[in-house]
Amino acid sequence: MKFINLIKIALAAIIRNKMRSFLTMLGIVIGVAAVISMLAIGYGSNASIRETISSMGTNLINVKPASQNRGGVNQGRSASPTLFAEDVTFLKNNSTLTDAISPEMDGSGQIVYGSNNWPTTVYSGNEDYPFIKKYEIATGRIYTTKEIKTAAKVCLVGQTVIENIFSDDEDPIGKTIRFNNIPFKVIGTLKEKGDNTFGQDQDDMILAPYTTVMKRLFRQTFLRAIVISAKSEDQITETSAEISELLRLSHKLKDSEEDDFEIRTQDELISNFGSISEMMLVLLGSIAAISLVVGGIGIMNIMYVSVTERTREIGLRMAIGGKGKDILKQFLLEAMLLSVLGGVIGVVLGIVSSSIVENALGWPVLVTTKSILLSFLFCTFIGIFFGWYPARKASALNPIEALRHE
Amino acid sequence: MNNKEIISIKNLQKHYIVGEETIKALNGIDLSVKKGEFLAIMGTSGSGKSTLLNILGCLDLPTEGDYFLDGENIKSLNRNQLADIRNQKLGFVFQSYNLLPRTSALENVELPLLYNPLVSNAERKEKAEQALIAVGLKDRMKHLSNQMSGGQQQRVAIARSMVNSPVVIFADEATGNLDTRTSYEIMALFQELNDKGMTICFVTHEADIADFTKRNVVFRDGQIIKDRIIENSKNALEALSQVNENKDEFEY
Repeated sequence: MKFINLIKIALAAIIRNKMRSFLTMLGIVIGVAAVISMLAIGYGSNASIRETISSMGTNLINVKPASQNRGGVNQGRSASPTLFAEDVTFLKNNSTLTDAISPEMDGSGQIVYGSNNWPTTVYSGNEDYPFIKKYEIATGRIYTTKEIKTAAKVCLVGQTVIENIFSDDEDPIGKTIRFNNIPFKVIGTLKEKGDNTFGQDQDDMILAPYTTVMKRLFRQTFLRAIVISAKSEDQITETSAEISELLRLSHKLKDSEEDDFEIRTQDELISNFGSISEMMLVLLGSIAAISLVVGGIGIMNIMYVSVTERTREIGLRMAIGGKGKDILKQFLLEAMLLSVLGGVIGVVLGIVSSSIVENALGWPVLVTTKSILLSFLFCTFIGIFFGWYPARKASALNPIEALRHE
Repeated sequence: MNNKEIISIKNLQKHYIVGEETIKALNGIDLSVKKGEFLAIMGTSGSGKSTLLNILGCLDLPTEGDYFLDGENIKSLNRNQLADIRNQKLGFVFQSYNLLPRTSALENVELPLLYNPLVSNAERKEKAEQALIAVGLKDRMKHLSNQMSGGQQQRVAIARSMVNSPVVIFADEATGNLDTRTSYEIMALFQELNDKGMTICFVTHEADIADFTKRNVVFRDGQIIKDRIIENSKNALEALSQVNENKDEFEY
């Protein structure tokens, strides 16, 4: 029998039982729509995380102290005094693959200006720090080397801070604000960066020389981190290796000793967050896939009923020359058509519901061709898998008995 | 040409094994049917006539003996080859019509040709239309099978059985579900087809219906007990007009 005729016959059978076909398809429709929209949400958040991390600079390398155990108690990493300003100098003098290196120190506190006050975070580094962390200066200037050396009480303020403590027409430059009761003179303002994917406001901050923050604010001799910008993105791995080697040298670590610091690149950050969101993706995807399988079982169920109900039709088709394989193809194609038609409707519904999620909830979504293809393949597979057994049963019927079936 | 042997069976046996007993449903049948014959196979239920029809219709194979259909020995064929024989050389008419529900008359008649890859779409449609015209359903081609009366449905079934120009049409109690009047109409149609040269094997247990055929073969216990030529077979059209007259008498 010609394939086109087979399709006609299968379609006719589906149309003959419109309501039943629709209900059977519904399982697949919901399953596919769920897969498409779940994957769209998963991929969307994944892409948005990547974008945020990349916007921080892909040639950024972070060095943090390794967490330490003291008497069996893990002290966490911020309390470990292993990174110092001397390490930064040592790296600066010896590294060949780095572009800029800055110490990093941060902490939270309350800003007071006139009658206004606002809780915020102070970030600090040397004069290269804004360059490494991709902060841009809107007005005023960055602190000088001299100001760093003398631990001058100067700072730059972020837009959120400006909005909250200064009045609208006030120029912050030249004003003196108090951060944890230490007066700081504002010498510049930072350009707006907006929220990152994790919902953190990147403008709610002030920026000051690291010496000032360490000595005057927190009275701490060790650094929270060292931030480094590699000369080239392609040499991130080599640069990290060089930094590791130099820091071991600087810390006079023996070969048997473990690193007392941790080097993180943006790539690692991406892959760390990536693995979390991939886990979510697999979770969402598998829940959706389960509903597809349930839809498939629905198809199998209906095909079984259909074969029993149409036993006489099968007998007749055999009597007038239909071969076993013709009957098998007919019922298999009917199951596949049900499943694939359901898939098409499901894809449309999935795309529509994804855009509803995007517009109503503001979640980032991304419908990929991959997920559409995946659902289609899965549908076809489900059609074949769950259609096979009923079709096989139909094709194996004895025409004499099938014709007498009541 | 008219003497061409369409069906030739020799010492045909069909045994069923039920438990430890062997039931001989057909026990040594010899039969020869020539082109253009109109044959009634008669007998009570259990006489073996259905078993014979299944074998003649290539739906079942004999246990022993040979069956030549249009010169071909059926015994040596496999399941798929039998399907091809049924598709290209045989036509079936059943007691309960067996039309596809909610499907037009034309599509029902096209069905056998769908299973023949050598027939094109245009050819299929044309042949089906001609067959429907031949059974007097020219105006009802697009009607759905379930919108038709029993007699009309049986006409569609007859059109379907002849659409592939078979060498023989097998009818299994084809008038069994119809009233007398409609039965005669159907028999008139069969007689008309037979006059045009179609070979027909008609299975029935009604002697009344068998009278319209040209030869009666009677079965009992798996054997032929009578095989006679009907010299003056009844004309179904005449019988029909008599029924109509009788009906007029009852209508005051």
